[in-house]
Amino acid sequence: MWVKVEPRQEASRRVIYATPVLAVGLTVLSGYFLFLFLGLAPAKTLYHFLISPTLTFYGWSELCVKAGPLVLIASGLAIGFRANVWNIGAEGQLTLGAVGAGGVALAFWGESGLWILPLMCLAGILGGMLYAAIPAFLKTRYEVSEILTSLMLTYVATLALGILVYGPWRDPMGFNFPQTRMFSDSALLPLILDGTRMHLGILVTLAVAVAAWMMMARTVIGFQIKVVGLAPAAARFAGFSRNRTVWFSLLLSGGLAGLAGTFEIAGPIGQLVPHLTPGYGFTAIIVAFLGRLHPLGIIASGFLMAISYNGGEIAQVEDRLPQAATGVFQGMLLFYLLACDFLSRYRIRLAATRREASPS
Amino acid sequence: MTITVTRRTFLAGSAAAAGTAVLGRPGRALAADPLAVAFVYTGPIGDHGYTFAHDVGRRAVEAHFGDKVKVTFVENVPEGPDCERVIRQLATSGNQLIFSTSFGFMEATLKVAKQFPKLKFEHATGFKRADNLAIYNARFYEGRAVLGDIAGRMSKAGVAGYVASFPIPEVVMGINAFTLAAQKHNPNFKTKVIWANTWYDPGKESDAAKALIDKGADILCQHTDSAAPLQVAESRGVYAFGQAQDMSAYAPKAHLTAVVDQWEGYYIDRVQKALDGKWTSTDIWWGFKEGLVGLAPYNAAMPADVKASADKLKADITSGAVHPFTGPIKNQKGEVVYADGKKASDEDMLKMNWYVQGVES
Repeated sequence: MWVKVEPRQEASRRVIYATPVLAVGLTVLSGYFLFLFLGLAPAKTLYHFLISPTLTFYGWSELCVKAGPLVLIASGLAIGFRANVWNIGAEGQLTLGAVGAGGVALAFWGESGLWILPLMCLAGILGGMLYAAIPAFLKTRYEVSEILTSLMLTYVATLALGILVYGPWRDPMGFNFPQTRMFSDSALLPLILDGTRMHLGILVTLAVAVAAWMMMARTVIGFQIKVVGLAPAAARFAGFSRNRTVWFSLLLSGGLAGLAGTFEIAGPIGQLVPHLTPGYGFTAIIVAFLGRLHPLGIIASGFLMAISYNGGEIAQVEDRLPQAATGVFQGMLLFYLLACDFLSRYRIRLAATRREASPS
Repeated sequence: MTITVTRRTFLAGSAAAAGTAVLGRPGRALAADPLAVAFVYTGPIGDHGYTFAHDVGRRAVEAHFGDKVKVTFVENVPEGPDCERVIRQLATSGNQLIFSTSFGFMEATLKVAKQFPKLKFEHATGFKRADNLAIYNARFYEGRAVLGDIAGRMSKAGVAGYVASFPIPEVVMGINAFTLAAQKHNPNFKTKVIWANTWYDPGKESDAAKALIDKGADILCQHTDSAAPLQVAESRGVYAFGQAQDMSAYAPKAHLTAVVDQWEGYYIDRVQKALDGKWTSTDIWWGFKEGLVGLAPYNAAMPADVKASADKLKADITSGAVHPFTGPIKNQKGEVVYADGKKASDEDMLKMNWYVQGVES
């Protein structure tokens, strides 16, 4: 007996929309048994995990804070992924963006002015773009895989940030602890609503996601990117330059990651510290794929990830859910989403012979 | 005396309790309610190191106060924008006394403490205090000086390998105290340092340990939280010291002793004060004397005179007769930082960012 995996003729629209719902359902079901097995009250834990984060206005504001950087980074990455440009190093570009923006904030520390924040954003975007330019150059000039270079440059970025916050940028009043001064008010993003941590960057993020959608759906560049990704030969024939697409995708995703870093330090963090994010640059890759590389899908998947993080924290506090179980629950969600996705596009058939099972 | 509680008497009793609660003193209206205490950890409670030691303290609080307290903890909280939400979540869900146990939680704890002036907060290993935010730390360097004393005698090569986390004053202080104490026995003693840039990552920690042994170290010390360096020491046949608690189970032959963090007494004391309404914002830095720092049992492989020397140093530090940072102390360039007989002040130590002669980092 052999197993054959073959593509379905065409996945129906209904199936495409149903798979995320099915995946969430399967996760809830498995989570129920996981929590039961751990000796917790499963319904209550699930409630805290999935519902509690969305019950209060404050809860929603925190989901925005958490989802913001994920959506911003994923919007940029998704465009590159469409063109088969695999920027895995958004975490590093975010870090260098934060270094650029933080440098501006520290250079004008104690001064006030409306121009400081825009200058920081500009420096942040440039920082991320410059850092993404390295893999772009190596790819277009020497055909070095951008997957490797962008990923490995992430670790370099973290160390570079470390040199600064352990060294020249250290807070002079901070007992030699590795952090900069807290930024002055002019270098901090204004809050949209008092009593929350929702800052202006979140609105910018939503605008960027919508702009990314418009670009991919309505512009020639968007079309070029899709063609280069789907049919490289056709793209060459049409005169679309692969190298230009590589540069464009990497600079765009790097710049957006740098902007996300700027928003993090000018928003919830308020200073430069050795560890800026819990891996937003990497999580954003998952968010991009969960959102099916579609900007609006990315907003939804960004919030879903945010719920799983914030809900995991609440379940830890309220139900003593071990942190590792939070990770298992998140893992199940991703697993089911990808599995359902796969099965909506392929079907598995039993084949009588090996010849029949092997791809023709 | 036996009291039979029927549903009716229970309800009557509850109503009476509620009545007195309403009429009672405003400050502690619900006297019968347990005090809700929360702990925020940066690592997993299963790290068998730093976070584990805090969790031992947390469990001691539960055991000591029973149903007078309701204790919650959150583990593996990343230092960054997330910890503020976690601390606020704990504050809004009714916790009255919140311990945040890692340096990286400092700004977030301060922010949340300002927003909840009626709640009590305590932050470990930082330096920012407020009226409702106490700070506390342990003089780990006292224990590390004793480890250095032992290393100075047990190392044949006169070279120690030190698996370090981040070059913050806390860690720098420990490296220096260790090296200075070892040099009392062997003036040429050297400490080679590798920065793992993590508090807890068994893979990186064991890589660092292997590299240090390859560079000639025949005794290992660590300021990271997993038992991985000890396991490397055990398999390579060199000696090592545990971190934060007795780790001899992981390396019965290699493990000489360990600086043991004993937060139990401190946590019980603070919770008691909160229960009594006597809690105030304090700045605590306790060591051997107060029992916050201790040593794990010595390995049988240590000769009697080495044990005696370590015991004597511990007793002298406890009594105050010996200060681990007493001059002459030179920095790596050979410049005298503390002249003969001069002692480092607490403030000097808390911002220490230079290494003594003999440290190779």
